[in-house]
Amino acid sequence: MHPQSPPPVTFGETPFTRSKRRREKIAFAVFAGMVACIVIPLFLIVGYLVKEGAPLISWDFLTTNPVGGMRKGGIWSALLGTFWLVGTSLCISAPIGVLAAVYLNEYAKDNWFNRVINLAVVNLAGVPSIVHALFGLGAFVLFAHMGRSIIAASLTLAIMTMPVIIASTKESLAAVPRQFREACWNVGATRWQTIWHIVLPNSISGILTGVILQVSRTAGETAPIMFTGAVFYRKIEEGNFFAYGLADQCMALSMHLFTVTTQVTNAPHALPFAIATVLLGFVLMVNLTAILLRSWLRGRKKW
Amino acid sequence: MISSRSKLSLYGEKAIEWLIRICGVSAIIFVFAIFFFLFREGAPILREPGFNLWRFLTSTEWYPTSMSNVRYGTFALIAGTLSVTGVAMLIAVPFGLGAAVFVSEFCTGKLRESLKVIIELLAAIPSIVWGFIGLTVMNPLIQTVFHVQVGLNVLNAALLLALMSIPVMVSIGEDALKAVPDSYREAALALGATRWQVIYRILLPAAKNGLLAAVLLGVGRAVGETMAVLMATGHAVNVPHSIFDSVRTLTATIAAELGEASQGSPHYRVLFLIGILLFTLTFIVNLVADLVVRGINRK
Repeated sequence: MHPQSPPPVTFGETPFTRSKRRREKIAFAVFAGMVACIVIPLFLIVGYLVKEGAPLISWDFLTTNPVGGMRKGGIWSALLGTFWLVGTSLCISAPIGVLAAVYLNEYAKDNWFNRVINLAVVNLAGVPSIVHALFGLGAFVLFAHMGRSIIAASLTLAIMTMPVIIASTKESLAAVPRQFREACWNVGATRWQTIWHIVLPNSISGILTGVILQVSRTAGETAPIMFTGAVFYRKIEEGNFFAYGLADQCMALSMHLFTVTTQVTNAPHALPFAIATVLLGFVLMVNLTAILLRSWLRGRKKW
Repeated sequence: MISSRSKLSLYGEKAIEWLIRICGVSAIIFVFAIFFFLFREGAPILREPGFNLWRFLTSTEWYPTSMSNVRYGTFALIAGTLSVTGVAMLIAVPFGLGAAVFVSEFCTGKLRESLKVIIELLAAIPSIVWGFIGLTVMNPLIQTVFHVQVGLNVLNAALLLALMSIPVMVSIGEDALKAVPDSYREAALALGATRWQVIYRILLPAAKNGLLAAVLLGVGRAVGETMAVLMATGHAVNVPHSIFDSVRTLTATIAAELGEASQGSPHYRVLFLIGILLFTLTFIVNLVADLVVRGINRK
């Protein structure tokens, strides 16, 4: 008998490789489907809001006060209130946040105390917004006797959103190479001179990104300002950017959307959609600016 | 010899360094201040006759404004928070981690960058807009799809919360996957593994702590969310039996009732006590997430 010849050796696909390739394709399709489930609703929702709200949005809508029990007119006082809250809280949180990040990255050593600081920053970001509202009410409105005012609401918002600036600034400070600092120290510069002239200018992109993201976060918040400074309705002078003062109560876009949706009966159908579109448009535009700025500055980086 | 000018700048520098230190510890000061002021407003209720902390946590009777018999039982509110968060996580965990894997392992170049931008934008949508969507879009949608009377229920709020916490999970989860050294991937690919085999045999076990932290931060976000659940849960104090029941959460209760409770009244103080409860809850979640993340960094 002749010995049976061995089966021909193939270097092509075996059933095993075929099945594992098939499994990879299935996995790819499942994950892609998951991402589609996240991404598509976003576009549908934004599209729907814009479509329903668009007929009402005009220059007049943005620059006139709401009238007729908030059923007619525009959103001027709410829009300006949001600008005031964002601006004021930015003036408070940006310097403190940047300096805190400088401390954490340039001065702090890796010991338990600084672990506690980092944990506190994470916690400040994780505390529910309504708890920040309780804090703002207890600390600024009542204890500090600021009353319900723009300044009390802005302080609450500033503390709440500070972790955004700290995180972004810290990351970009850490990205500045250590050699830059060493070179600077070697020519006799002090620590602060090094930070001011070398480290901060080189990390400006991260700082700006943090500030911009903080703007978008602040503009959208509702809960923290409900009890610390925002009111349902207030009429102000149209066209005057200084119609509010720091001690005044104000309207805010986010709060206005809440009011019109839940408290005002018989509001025109398009009105809340238009407010939501303006708010969402502002927030998304600010975020896109941050993203574009970040990628542009990253492209210009020399190291 | 030190000239007077450099002496001045020396003092200036000292002052600035002190300012930096103060700002550095400000986060700790703020966290303590939050705790202090919550207690300052909320703690007096504990000494009030007739207030029972055990009943506060376990009774389902929440009648803060009753004329004859005021009862402050938050169990139904806690159940509301847990049910909404739980259902949201059932949706968000697979989708969030799946998206993290997809973005980090299956995508390259332009597609990856644009997906990251879209997910960042998703994170930026304010919670009040989500609540508005829940009220105007999801409410009728749930009514028609599931043939139920009320579309403002656990499912509605859970869907919104899932969409809100997915971006958090994607970005933290992607960081965790990125932290796995490339040499692991290369070694597996060199042995002939497919990308899917690399993912579930190598990357998921290696990044499990980071992914756990991502899930925890998502939970923290969902527990603390206020405006979206205020508008989408249906606002009924109720221990839910199905996902189509209306509920009310801890956060929504504070938001809805603080405006009406007169300052210093027991009702007002109880709302602060709920605040303390929420603060403690999120503090624990964040602490655990931090410890888990630190566990990876040490490795």
